[in-house]
Formats: sequence, structure tokens, C-alpha cells
Amino acid sequence: MTSSMPHAPAGASDADDEAAEGRVYTVSGEDWDEIIAAANEARDFESGERLVVNMGPQHPSTHGVLRLVLTLEGETVAEVRAAIGYLHTGIEKNMEYRTWTQGVTFCTRADYLMPIFNEVVYCLAVERLLGIEDRVPERAQIIRVLLMELNRAASHLAGIGPMGFELGATTIFLQALRLRERMLDLFELITGLRMNHAYIRPGGVVQDLPPGALEAIRAFLDSAPKLVHDLRTLIDANPVFIGRTKGVAYLDLAGCMALGVTGPMLRSAGLPWDLRKSQPYCGYETYDFDVPVVDTCDAYGRYLVRIGEIEESLKIVRQCVDRLASRGSVGSETDPVMIRDAKIGWPAQLSLGPDGLGPSPEHIAHIMGQSMEALIHHFKLITEGFRVPAGQAYAAVESARGELGAHVVSDGGTRPYRVHFRDPSFTNLQSVAALCEGGMVADIIPAIASIDPVMGGVDR
Amino acid sequence: MGIEEKLPSGVLLTSVEKAAGWARARSVWPATFGLACCAIELFMTGGPKHDLARFGMERASNTPRQADLMIVAGRVSQKMAPVLRQIYDQMADPKWVISMGVCASSGGMFNNYAIVQGVDHIVPVDIYLPGCPPRPEMLLDSILKLHDKIMNMKLGKNREREITELENARLGLRPLHVAAPEGTGL
Amino acid sequence: MSGPEETHKAGPEETHGAQAPQGPVPPVGDGDGNLPARLGEERLAEPVIRSGMFGVQTTGDTSGYGRLRVHKVPPIESPRPYGSYFDEVADALGSALEAAGVGFSDAIERVVADRGELTFYVRRERLPEVAAKFRDDPALRFELCGGVSGVHYLEDTGRELHAVYHLLSITHNRRVRLEVSAPDADPHIPSLVGVYPTCNWHERETWDFFGIIFDGHPALTRIEMPDDWKGHPQRKDYPLGGIPVEYRGAKIPPPEERRNYA
Repeated sequence: MTSSMPHAPAGASDADDEAAEGRVYTVSGEDWDEIIAAANEARDFESGERLVVNMGPQHPSTHGVLRLVLTLEGETVAEVRAAIGYLHTGIEKNMEYRTWTQGVTFCTRADYLMPIFNEVVYCLAVERLLGIEDRVPERAQIIRVLLMELNRAASHLAGIGPMGFELGATTIFLQALRLRERMLDLFELITGLRMNHAYIRPGGVVQDLPPGALEAIRAFLDSAPKLVHDLRTLIDANPVFIGRTKGVAYLDLAGCMALGVTGPMLRSAGLPWDLRKSQPYCGYETYDFDVPVVDTCDAYGRYLVRIGEIEESLKIVRQCVDRLASRGSVGSETDPVMIRDAKIGWPAQLSLGPDGLGPSPEHIAHIMGQSMEALIHHFKLITEGFRVPAGQAYAAVESARGELGAHVVSDGGTRPYRVHFRDPSFTNLQSVAALCEGGMVADIIPAIASIDPVMGGVDR
Repeated sequence: MGIEEKLPSGVLLTSVEKAAGWARARSVWPATFGLACCAIELFMTGGPKHDLARFGMERASNTPRQADLMIVAGRVSQKMAPVLRQIYDQMADPKWVISMGVCASSGGMFNNYAIVQGVDHIVPVDIYLPGCPPRPEMLLDSILKLHDKIMNMKLGKNREREITELENARLGLRPLHVAAPEGTGL
Repeated sequence: MSGPEETHKAGPEETHGAQAPQGPVPPVGDGDGNLPARLGEERLAEPVIRSGMFGVQTTGDTSGYGRLRVHKVPPIESPRPYGSYFDEVADALGSALEAAGVGFSDAIERVVADRGELTFYVRRERLPEVAAKFRDDPALRFELCGGVSGVHYLEDTGRELHAVYHLLSITHNRRVRLEVSAPDADPHIPSLVGVYPTCNWHERETWDFFGIIFDGHPALTRIEMPDDWKGHPQRKDYPLGGIPVEYRGAKIPPPEERRNYA
């Protein structure tokens, strides 16, 4: 192996004479380890041998506002340190000043690529504190699973697309976005918004599916597998993609366990750990799906896990749609989407009237004309919110990036006392040093893309 | 700002302004300052369905030196504010800023210690785009409005006059809320 | 409120003569011995006894929440048996600690099994030992740590700062929570980076937001806030820091100054 560095006998050490321009090494082949060892031993680098480079926070390929401080020796990364906090929003503190239901609109913006997972995990924790976990209506659970899996697929596409973009393949980006647009259309149809939906509330979901939603989802499911297959054809055997991601960003199982890494990174290290299978929630034990696992521990393996998960998510969405169709649309009296508890369940079904969106006329007629108790409950729930008994709970879901947990503490009031999100991106991003050090500068890009961090979740 | 400064004032033709404005508006290169959720909607605007390439804007300039437009997409935290200003300073004139989303325009739903309550505390903003996040169609609308603004921008001495007029107009703005006098109970 | 004060004139003597009514004087008494109501002008001589309407005397808070009294949550302890796998975990921990020569109540203050979750309140000096037992003991094997989360209980004098660790056992498919407390005056907790390296950034975040100093952490610096930030934002005595929102014709106070229904 030859290198462009100046020459000295292989394995040069301190005792050698130094040329006027500094330490000099001759590389004659298959002695790279000795050179590196000698260089590290010397620990006497002048500026120019080790270069400190700042990457970010505004940089096209750092998946958001992530700052990396690299210490480079030529092309090799000697040290990498990540600086985060450029997107810190104080979401957790803000939630202490709003009611439990309003907290959903805040937590949904933490990890903004998978807002449904943020909402679901927060609502699961609140429902555990309320003690209503098994009273959440089944229709609501099915809708939650439907949206979660759609969100998982959309989030993986938003990870694979920029991964291709950063490697220079803009076609991958556009193809992934093409499919993701259809998923966002479905979100808009069901929840009203393309992102940051605030649709899942403690006790269920806020509104039932609109008419025509199931047909729209079925139409999407008919066309989606072909688009995923196209994406696979583009990427899977692509020699450039493989060349840049195979063997890059290696983190084996011991490293994952030590660093607390979960999600596709852990499954690419060979461990088939998925909370949907091992600690199911929202009825996941009744769905039929596989968990893709690969044991190559590299960036290419993580890509394979993610695209496999997109296909599995589409399977689960189809099962959800079939279940909802078999339940029929019998109306919210017999098949509610919000818990039937006047003290907790959000009172009004929304409908679009001539003066905009608001509680449906039937609901208004009920509370104004028929039931004083309903009026009181409506008033108290909207102004004050429900009260949650004191205590703490931790709920965890298998989100697109790993184990997303919500630790919720209540002091018995109408507002959370403390909410903390154990965000998978925050924990997974710690491993960037283990992934990148010792590799080339150019490998940092696929390494971070394979971690797939979302800085909103990292910084909250 | 170039040749128009060297020409004696009065020689400047309105048609030059129009031509320059037309050329500038046709290939604005965004320096995407994609921070949070709005950045995702920015990507989707560059995607196949809502296409930014029809304006010549799909080539996002990653270096601010070559960028014309800074779309501040997302919430600006206190830690990020100096970086934002530095990137803005590195951009070459003429440059414009769209603050995309309510968090960039006014702090949005995050009225707290960590978020700058409006990016106009840091950089001068040309177009404020509300939304949480704004739909791609809304972003395209704001870009079209910006194109209008760019096309009608004057050059040289006319520009200086235009700037003075705008400043005076802004100085004459009344405050939004006037505190009621004491004791009236309002 | 305008009313009696404004029309009240000084001194009874001057008003009495100056305010004599000009119009027809109603007859005194209706013959049954009932006196007529005093004319308004005659009451002007008396001092003011009441002002304002609807009985509002102080803040004008008509919500009725002014008399709300919220009591502190008492520290609970669960009696044995805890249920499901919790007893196994507690027993395994007990025997592991015994084998190391540490008494169970030396290390663990109390155990709470609530809402399907098990919490051990660990004394802070023993934390690394207990965590190492949780990680290594074959019956426990909690390999994955979900990180540290801080909670600030302002009213709990002597135990204000809590650090909460969530542990997950992949081998046994179990979860457990460890909670450690430290007073505000001495906010030190031993670091678990040596036992669970994943706690590195989590401890930095907890220091940043709560001021808990983790002894033994290799580089305890701010991670989310700017490096020169003063104060620890997520503590209860740190303000939310919002500014009033201006609209045309109104100014809304920031969230922490609005009416609170908690």
C-alpha cells in the first residue's frame, strides 16, 4: 500500500531523527497498523497533521441541526464529537403549563417525522396513570395501529430518501418522496393535517375516520408495493450504494447494548428485539407481521431493515383496514373512538359547519337542550381538563427509530407535573463516535444517515 | 451594487430595473435553513408533487455564499440564533428571507425560554409565512409573492429612495395594543 | 366603580340645606304607621358601607378556585406481595445484595409497585452498586438502560431532586425503575456511566436541566442549552420565560401567568 505521505522507515518511533518539516514516515505496504501505532505513540503532532473540522450545525447532510467536531488525520477520523441542542424547544417544560390533552399538541412536535408515535406513547402513559388502559375502545386501538404503521413507513422513507440524497443520488430522494406524498395525503384525509396531527388523545382518538377513508387507503395499498419494489430495485443491488454503505458504520451487539441503542440499529446487529412483539401494546399481538433482522451491523444492513419494515408496515395497514371494514361504520354510539367516560373522554365530535370547524350540531343540541350533566362535563373538560391521579408511569413503544418512552409524573392535577421523553434518536446519536472513529470522513455521512436521527427528538 | 452605482443618477432606465428584477426572480437559489418540522414540508415542496424546480429553485445552495434566499424553516432556538445570523451575514446581496412557519415568524406555540420569539429579532424578514407547518402550496404562494417583490425591486438611487420610503412607512405604524388609561377598569 | 362615592358631598350641614328637592314632595306615611323609604339624598350623609357588586372584595376571581387547597402526595410504600414478576426481582436483588454483604434496606429505601410498574427508591451512595447488580446478576440481567430523567419536587424539602432510571431486561422481558433522590443543597448523585455507558448524554442532559451533579461523569457539561447559559431550565423555580402576546387591541399574558386551574 502506498500513500502520499513523505517517507521514513516503517514503524518509525520517537528515537528517529526528525526532518526539518516534521515527522516523516515511509509506507511500503501492509504496515498501516505500525504507522498508526507509531503516530499515536508519538503524540507530538504539529498543526497540519491533525485537523479539527467543524461540520454543521447548518450542513446539508447532518439530518437537521447537528454539529460534529471532527479531528482528522488526513482522511481518517481520529475523533468525532457531536454537539446537539440547536433545536432545543423546551417542549417538556411547556407541557407542565398546559392540560393533559393540550400536551398532545406539544409532544407531537418533538420527533416531527413520526408525530403519531410521540402522541401514542404519551397517551399510553397517561392512560396507564388514569387506569383506563383496557377501556380504550377497540376501534380507537385499530386506528392507532393503522396510523402508527403508516407513520413508520413514512418515517423510513424520510430516512432512506435523504440517505440517498446525501450520497449524491437525488433519484432515490425523489422516488421516496413520491411515495411519502401519498402517505401524507392519507394522513390529511384521516387527521386533517399532513404532519403534527394531535389526533391521538388520552382515551382514544379525537375523531373517527371520515367516509371514503377506507377506500382511499385500499387504493393506496394497491399501488404502494409496486413503488416500494421500484425503490428496492433502484437501491438494493446498486453498486455505488453498496460500495458506500457496506462495511461502513459498524456497531456490533455488545456496542449496541452498552450504548443503549434500540430499533433498526439493534436489529441490524442480529438481535430480533421489537417491542411490538415482546411487550405488545394497542393490540399488536393480534396482527400478523414479521420483524426484519439482519446481522451485518453496518449501514447497508440498517437500510435493509428499514425497507423491510416499510413492507411489513403495509401488511399491517392492510390488516387494520380489513378489521375496520368488517366492523362497519355503525356510528359513534355503538363503536366509539373515545372512551365512554364522561370525566375523561373528549366530549365533542367535530364537524364542519357553515361557520367553520366546531362541535357537531347534535352535540350542541345535546348539551344545551337535553343534558345538564353533559354541559357541565363539556365545560369542565374543555376549560380545566381531566384530573389524573398522582403517580408516575413509563410507557414505551417501538417507534421507527427505536424504543420511544414517555415518563409521566402526575401530582393529581389537571396538568402534567413532569413529562420526559426517552427519545431513541438521542440515545442512538451517542453512538456516532463509535461508528465513525477510525473510518474515513466520507463514511460519516452514511453513518449518520444509518442512525437516522431526528434532531427534534434529540433536543426536544 | 454594481454598474448602476457608477452611472450618473438619472441614466438608470426603468427597463433595466425590470430586466434585472425578472432575471433575479427567475432563479432564486435558496439556502435552506431547514431546522424542524417546516424543513420536512420544505423537502416535500421540492419533491415531485409540488415541484420547486419549476422556479429554478430546486438547486438548494448549501453554501450561503451562493445563495439568494434564506428560508428559515422551523423553530430557532437560543443556541441556533448566532449561527442563523452568521449564515445570513455570509450571504451576498441581494438576499431575501422568508420566515416559514409560525415558529420562525413569531415563536409559534413555544412561548418560552428556549425559542427566539420571531426570527425578525435576528434577520430582516421579507415574507412571513404562517402555518404549523405551512402546506407546500402555502410555501409556493409565499415564494410567488417574493418573486413579485423581487421583480419590483428598484436599483441604485431609486433603491435608496425606496428604502427610505419603506422605513418612514414603518416608523409611522401605530402600536397594536394601547394600554387603557388608569382607573377606567378596562 | 362610580356610585355613591362620586356624588357624596362633604359635610352633612351644607348638603342638607343645599340639596332640598324642588319637585312635589311625596306624602309622609301612608296612614298605617309605615315610614317611607329614606330619600336617596338623605343617605348621602351616611358613611359608605359597601362598594362593588356581586360580593367581590379581593381579586375578582369568579372561578371559585380561590379556596382550592392541594395537599402534597405522601410517599407510599407497597406491601408484599407486589404481584407478577416484581417479587422475583425484589428477591433476586435482595440475595444479590446479601451476597455482596449489603443489607437490603441499606441500599433500598422503599419499593413501590403501582399501576403495573415496579420502582425501587435507591439510596444515592449505593446507586452504582445496585445498578451493577441489576446488570450482572443472572436472575436480573437488566441489560438496557433507558437513560436518566430528572424530576424536581420543590415542596419535598431534603429530597427535591430525583433522578429516575428505567431499566429493561431483554433476557427476561421485564422492566423496572430506579429512583434516587438528592437535596437541593447537595445535588450530587454518583454517575452510572461506568455501569451503563448509555447514561453519558442522559446525565449531561439531567445536569443541564436540573443541576444534578453526577460524580464520576467523564465530561459533565451542558448539552442542550448554550454553554454559557445560567440556571437550570426544567427546575420548578425556573420561569417558563414566555413573553406577552400582542394582538390588535389586546395583550395576552404568557402561559405561566394565565389563570391556572390546577
